[in-house]
Formats: sequence, structure tokens, C-alpha cells
Amino acid sequence: MNYIGIDIGSTAAKVAVLGETQQYFVLPTGWSSIDTARAIQEQLQQRGISLDESLVVSTGYGRSAVNFADKQITEITCHAAGCAEKYPNCSVIDVGGQDTKTIRIVDGVVSDFLMNDKCSAGTGKFIEVMANRLGCDIDHLFEIAERGSALPISSLCTVFAESEVINHVGAGKPREDIAAGVVDSVAAKVAGLAGRLALSDQVVLTGGLSHLPLFAQSIGKKLGHPVQPLENGRYAGAYGAALLAQRLEEKKNRKEK
Amino acid sequence: MGEYIKELPDVFSEFSEQRRQSFLTAMEYKKQGKPLVGAFCTYLPMELPLAAGASVVSLCSVSDETIPAAEQDLPRNLCPLIKASYGFAKTDKCPYFYFSDLVIGETTCDGKKKMYEFLSQFKPIHVMELPHTQSEQALQLWKSELYRLKAALEERFHTEITEEKLRAAVRLRNQVRRSMIEFYDTMQMDPPPMSGMDCYNVLNGAPFRFDLENLAKELTELAARLRERGSLPERKPRILLTGCPIGGVYKKVISALEQSAYVVAFENCGGAKATHELVDEDADDIYEALARRYLNIGCSCMTPNPNRMTLLRKMIEDYKIDGVVEVVLQTCLTYSVESGLIRQMVTKDLGVPYISIETDYSMADTAQLQTRLGAFTEML
Ligand code: SF4
Ligand code: SF4
Repeated sequence: MNYIGIDIGSTAAKVAVLGETQQYFVLPTGWSSIDTARAIQEQLQQRGISLDESLVVSTGYGRSAVNFADKQITEITCHAAGCAEKYPNCSVIDVGGQDTKTIRIVDGVVSDFLMNDKCSAGTGKFIEVMANRLGCDIDHLFEIAERGSALPISSLCTVFAESEVINHVGAGKPREDIAAGVVDSVAAKVAGLAGRLALSDQVVLTGGLSHLPLFAQSIGKKLGHPVQPLENGRYAGAYGAALLAQRLEEKKNRKEK
Repeated sequence: MGEYIKELPDVFSEFSEQRRQSFLTAMEYKKQGKPLVGAFCTYLPMELPLAAGASVVSLCSVSDETIPAAEQDLPRNLCPLIKASYGFAKTDKCPYFYFSDLVIGETTCDGKKKMYEFLSQFKPIHVMELPHTQSEQALQLWKSELYRLKAALEERFHTEITEEKLRAAVRLRNQVRRSMIEFYDTMQMDPPPMSGMDCYNVLNGAPFRFDLENLAKELTELAARLRERGSLPERKPRILLTGCPIGGVYKKVISALEQSAYVVAFENCGGAKATHELVDEDADDIYEALARRYLNIGCSCMTPNPNRMTLLRKMIEDYKIDGVVEVVLQTCLTYSVESGLIRQMVTKDLGVPYISIETDYSMADTAQLQTRLGAFTEML
């Protein structure tokens, strides 16, 4: 039996397979979640994973597009499940492509959460827009930011912040300093959200930016509390979904198809 | 009629269509020369227009269709309920508004009371001065406002509101209240006998009925049938909704919640807030009894607002609530500030999980609500 977690986010779709083998893969999310779900199905087939012998949990904002899922569960619950394995008592900060959330986990279950989903400031999208402005990709932006000293970018809105960046560029400010300013500004917004829930001693960072040490460091500095990037943090939601698939009863036989 | 027993689902869908159905009834009323009074809020002592021979309809709008028209006069960052209500009035798209001989407003929140100033440019409106505390002085002021409304109604409708008529109206409204309570109290069963969506459709449709005696009878009957039918099969977490009026957002909110829970209790206007307290029918001073009953409403425009807390505590216990969801309409200042106090009471004093969401009349946030509210119910 395979247990598959599929997390379709706004920029990337993450898949975790727990079974005889453990597999992880990621696909970009196009404009159609249905196409993405289809592409995932093909990938699974190519990897020799039979859906007939699998339980599938889908999550993320495209979760309802996965028509072969046995169950849909929200990304909050899946993220928590993915983190609780290692840290049954912690606060999770997840920075996604279009939203940022913070989840408090007590004894392995969600006790409270907050989501920022109205505005792209403090999300992956914000960094992507700014990286584009600086003519580089996100990883590169973090790389050069290491060497810079942060310039102020104070607008709360991505569109206004972008024009601040353009002003800095126009004024001939060093790219490193602008990049550092971008990281600093996102970290401040993320920390602002995270700080609204009582923090646990253990704070972990997940999401597509969690492999960048500077990011966790910067958020930690703003929070005044160390932030630990979760290993394989981009897959936290998918992994959690796969774990929850494991807990689903064997209702596979009831499934038509 | 009356012999034929309707199926429960038909009863529910009839109530959910009531708002539209009653357009025709309202037109008939007008043809017969019966007066119609439009109301914006639960604070209107409905017994007074009733005693003057007028029917009361709710003008609170529930769709975002006319918000752009409203935004030509009103600021954009204003509560959707105010904008939509004004928009429907201005564009003449709300038949109830169109047919209303008189609109009655109260000085509740700032947005509403300033909106009335615009409204008065094209519709006769009587604004009652609602005090924002529940002190003895406030009661006396409010009582004098009831007398002022009485005079206004008498003058407009060329009638006299006698003590007798008023007492009869009080008894009738109490009867409707009792039947509403009987109906929604069936949700105390665990599991409940119907979905929260069905329940709210009835609560939402009932105020658009003009035949109050029949309405009361039907609701009582409906309650009896629900008790007879018994609980729905599956046990799920039990949710209480509180906060702003939800007429314009309940569909998306309740359907997001009911994917894995039941919404069993409604504290909002439209639910218990507006209904749970009766007027003392036998009071010596019926005006004072009315004034007291209405001033007691636990709306966030009161400071402090202890009655909301008391009602919430009681409902959380009576309905065996597993989680409280507060709905705040965008930019509603009083409810959003008060939500912090509600969260404190619910989570700290009662140990019940709580979430507050902010939303408006558009469908743009449906997916986010599904995630937020879905995660909340998954956590219970
Ligand atoms: S919430 Fe307050 S102001 Fe709004 S309708 Fe109810 S009583 Fe009136
Ligand atoms: S929801 Fe709030 S802002 Fe809107 S009318 Fe009611 S009290 Fe006023």
C-alpha cells in the first residue's frame, strides 16, 4: 500500500509518497489545478506507483482539483501533521506562494492558527516580484542579500513596495542592499503575523523558502526567538497529507474506478 | 389548505424563497392600501408599526449587486451591509424599499446613522435616537423615542395607536418569538434534526412573512415535526455563529463549515439576539416594557455589552457547542473591536475554540473561507 500526499499550492505542487519506497517530487502549478493534478497522476504512473493500491489525501488551495483523492484536508491540518511528527509541541510558520500562516501545535494537534491571505506582502509572491525587479531568481536574491545591509522598504503593499525598490534602483543603491531590504521587509511581515499567536518554545519554518538559512535567521531576529527551518520543509504539507492518508481506514475497496 | 402536509425539504425551500415570494404579497398589500414600514435593524420596536396597522419588512440587503452604485455616494471602505442597503434603495431595485411608506432607522453604528442622512434625500425616514448604554437614563430616553415614533406613525397613517392595539401587537409578536425559539431550539438535539443551512434559511425567511399568526403556527408545527423526525444520522462538531448580521454571507460561511460540522446555533441578529427575549405582556407600563426589551439587545453598539456575553455563555452551554465562529463584516468597527473580548471569554473562561473571520458580500474569498473554516472544524 502507498500513502500519497498531494499539496497543490499557488506556485508549486508537492507530492510525497510513503510506501515501499519514499518519494518526493515537485511540479510547477500552471494556471489550471486540474492540469496539474493530471500531470501528477502521470508522474505517479511513470514512477510505477499504482493508484489502485494507494490512499491519497489532497491539500492546498488546489485540493479539490485532485479527483483521484480519497479525502481532501486543509493545508493547516496537513502542515501540522507533517511537523508534529518531529515536533509535537511547536509553532509552525509557513510562508507560501500566496499566503502565510502560523499554526500552534500542542501534543500533536492544531490548537490555534492564523492566516494572512488577503494580501501578498509577507508571502513568496512578494519576494518573487522583487527578485524579478532585481533581475534574478529567489535563491540568488537571498545569496546577494547575505552581503548587503538592508535598505528600508516600508510599504505594506506589494505594488507600492515594488515602486520603492524601483526608486532604490533608480537612485543607484547597491543591489545587495536592496536585496537585503527585501528579505528584511518580508521577515518583518511574517514575524508580525507569527507574533500574534502565542509562540511555543520550538518555532519551525516550512514552505518553499525554508531551505534558505538567511530567511529563518531574519524572521528569528524580528521575533526575538530562534526559528528552526524544517528539514525538507517545502514538503511539510504533502508529507503531512501522506501521514493522514496512512490514518485513513482501508476504504479503498469501496472506491469505484 | 392545511390538510395537505408538505415534505420537510419543501418547507425549507419555501422559507428560503420567502424573501422573493413576498415581493408579490407586498404589492398586494399596497394595492389594498395597507401601509408598509421598512426597517434596517433589530432595534425597531415592531409592535408599534404593527399596532398602527402596518407590516414591517427588513431592508437589510444581502447581495453585492448594487454596491458599486452605493460607492458613488458612500466611501468604499464601509460595511457591505450599509453599502448594499443604500445601493438597493438608491437604484430602486429593492421592491420592499420601493413599497415602504416610511423607513425607520436607529442611531446604531456610525456608518448606518450617517447613511440615513443620504437616504432621507429620497425617502421619508424616521430616525430613532438609540442610546449606546443600558442605564436607567438611557431607558428613559429610549422610552421617549418610542413615544415619538408612536406620534410619527399616527400622523403618517392617520390612525391612533391605542393601548389595546399595542398590547395585542405585543402578544402577537411574543407568539412569533416563542415559535421561533421553539423552532431553533430543536437544534439542541445532538446530532441536530436538520442542517444549519436549513435552519438558517427558515430564520432568514420568516421575517418576510406578513401573516404572523400563521407563521407562528407553522413554526410550532415545524418544530414538532423535527422533534418527531429526530437527529440526523452522523455526529459532527457543533458550531455557534456570532457577530454581525449574516444575511449576505451565510451561504458561503455555513457551507464551508458544514463540510465537516453542523452549525447548530445562531447568536446573530436573525437568530437569538433578536428573538430570545420576550416583552413583558402584563407590565403596567407597556411602553416601558417595550423600551426595556429592545434596549436589552446585545448589539456591539452598546458599551459595555454584557447581554451579548450572557446570551453567548448560555447558548454555548445549552447547545453543547464545540467551536465558536465569529463573522465580522469588513470595516465593522464595533464588532471587530468587541471580537477580542468575545475571544477572551470563549477561549479563556469557557475553554471553547474560537475563530473570527472577516468577510464581505463578494464571492472572492470563498476558497479562503473554505480553508480557514475547514481547518477550524478539522481541529475540533
Ligand atoms: S447587529 Fe446591531 S446594528 Fe446591526 S442589525 Fe443587529 S442590532 Fe442592528
Ligand atoms: S455590521 Fe457593523 S458596520 Fe455594518 S451595519 Fe452592522 S454594526 Fe454597522
